[in-house]
Amino acid sequence: MAAEATLSAATAADAGAGARRLKHIAGKVGIYAALVAWAFVSLFPVYWTITTSMKVAKDVQLGHLIPWVDFQPNWLGWRSLGLSPDTIGQVSTVRDEFLGRFLNSVYTAFGASFLAVLIGSLAAYGLSRFQYKFLWMKNQDLSFFFLSQLILPPVVLALPFLVLYRELALLDSIIGLVLLYTLTVLPIVIWIMKDQFDTIPIELDEAAQVDGLGPWGTFFRIILPMALPGMVAAFILSLILCWNEYFFAALLTGSSAKTLPVMVASQTGSQGINWWSMAALSTAAIAPLVVVGVLLERYIIRGLTAGSVKG
Amino acid sequence: MALTESPSYGAISRRRKDGGRALIAAASVLFLAVGLLQALNSAGILPLGLKDWRPTLYAYLLWAVALGVGMVMARGEAGLKALFILPAALFTVAMAIFPTLFGLSIAFTDWNLASLTGQKFNGFDNLVQLVRDPFYWNAMRNMVIYVLFVLVEYAVAFGLALLLNAEIRARKFWRVVFLIPLMLSPVAVSWMVGKSMLEYRFGPVARFARWLGFNNPSFFTDPWVARLWIEAMDAWVSIPFVMILLLAGLQAMPKEVIEAAKVDGASPWQRFWQVIFPLMLPVSITAIVLRIIFKLKLADIIITVTSGGPGGATDSVSSFIYREYRDRSNVGYGTMLAMFYLVLIVIFITLLLKFLRRHMQRMT
Repeated sequence: MAAEATLSAATAADAGAGARRLKHIAGKVGIYAALVAWAFVSLFPVYWTITTSMKVAKDVQLGHLIPWVDFQPNWLGWRSLGLSPDTIGQVSTVRDEFLGRFLNSVYTAFGASFLAVLIGSLAAYGLSRFQYKFLWMKNQDLSFFFLSQLILPPVVLALPFLVLYRELALLDSIIGLVLLYTLTVLPIVIWIMKDQFDTIPIELDEAAQVDGLGPWGTFFRIILPMALPGMVAAFILSLILCWNEYFFAALLTGSSAKTLPVMVASQTGSQGINWWSMAALSTAAIAPLVVVGVLLERYIIRGLTAGSVKG
Repeated sequence: MALTESPSYGAISRRRKDGGRALIAAASVLFLAVGLLQALNSAGILPLGLKDWRPTLYAYLLWAVALGVGMVMARGEAGLKALFILPAALFTVAMAIFPTLFGLSIAFTDWNLASLTGQKFNGFDNLVQLVRDPFYWNAMRNMVIYVLFVLVEYAVAFGLALLLNAEIRARKFWRVVFLIPLMLSPVAVSWMVGKSMLEYRFGPVARFARWLGFNNPSFFTDPWVARLWIEAMDAWVSIPFVMILLLAGLQAMPKEVIEAAKVDGASPWQRFWQVIFPLMLPVSITAIVLRIIFKLKLADIIITVTSGGPGGATDSVSSFIYREYRDRSNVGYGTMLAMFYLVLIVIFITLLLKFLRRHMQRMT
């Protein structure tokens, strides 16, 4: 009897453990199912765009989805951009236009990111290390002054800049866009860099001062090399924001300084169900950032979480 | 080894101080003089043959440099320290404060780029027209709806952050995949999703809807459906941002607290609501406030996909004003709309921060 009791108790415990294991496995399956589902949501539009750039009219109409299985990839879309293997060596006005827009985007995004990281880092270092007093404003207020620019919606600045740039002959110029984009990313850069400088111990500054370095020597020779990861993070984040900016570019550029988003948007306006070339154009416009995102993800996350999460 | 004495900036000769002050004063006078001459020139009183305002721009740059040099001369090390913040401050004043004030002066005119008469001060006419403009208030109401959707985005992002924080394999892979929509430009997304995937004949979503039994799926004819799809596209691009903030918060959370809750026999549901959620509140509120700030700028997707339609159902304030500029060239009135919007959101954000500051992560 006693033996029987222990036996049944053992099976009960066994069953309990089994149920818990089952529950554990079900939980795991649920987690992975959710992960796969959201990965599908995240990637399908990108997959759809890339594959559509290789379709012909028939494949679009029939809703074919998987290359080589239900449709044969075709270079039609890329040929219309002058970027397919057989047209890449030939002269193409469309490709020249695309490359022109692409380079404009590169110049404005890199120019603005560089300028913003430069003056933003200087300001962030000053705010992190020195005590300022300007009129009634102390460091806290100055930081808030810079951060508060983030609230300013582009639509408020659009028209004043349209008028001012016309008067300054900066309309439809890359420099004009660079200055404006610098303004839009500056608050974010200052935020990230201030967070970065705050983590570098001030004793290093003091040691450098003892060695006879002035504030600028300390900054460039000692602190800047240590703050490099934060600068890369700020730079990448600025790059993404500037590369994708559309509102100002649409209002302030005409022909010569047009950027890639403006080109993409102007093509969508003229409906001609030219899906394959639109898809090729969209793919080419997003490809650089997808590559940047995958390779430099670490820095993007670092930039996004700066200042907002303290461990 | 002799200890070098740190150089002392304390003693600045009288002459150097005066020189610095004189330099700043001279540059200021020059800047004002150039500005004045330009104003006279453009008013036609003193024709100097200047085509644009570039000289004033150069005078401003010169003044900025002189200010920096003068400050170092007059104030020594304090000047050197001020030099760090000066470029960003002068840049922001010139590029944000001045244009905003300039915009304010346009907002009270009847300026229309298409009219030949130029701009004329018209007092509060624009403001009266604004109060009576049903389309503007319609756009404002849409903004309220879009902002409320931030809470839905937050809920989804929190779910994803919990997923990524669970014990899973290849965490970095999933994180990169989930982050990809954030890289994409809203304009490209407008085509990829709004114009092609949601196309009512051949788009995969329309096909899927038909497979589910909807006969004539159309995504931008019903006001609420259209609004939801615009919101879905915006959410798709920005959920990763909220997710990353929340994930960082989850990872920074002390492990012992959760372990202790586990030992106490709390169910996962209880663990979430009684331990994780309250601990995550500061990060959550910071993320939501940041997301609201970005949401208030919503424009690109609406401009490129629906142009505000059907019947203004998807219009945001920014996209509405954009069309006021683009299609009607009504710049005086459009600027008043923008300025009014700015005032409203500054009040809104200030109140929001005032109420939530206690619960937020330190931001400045």
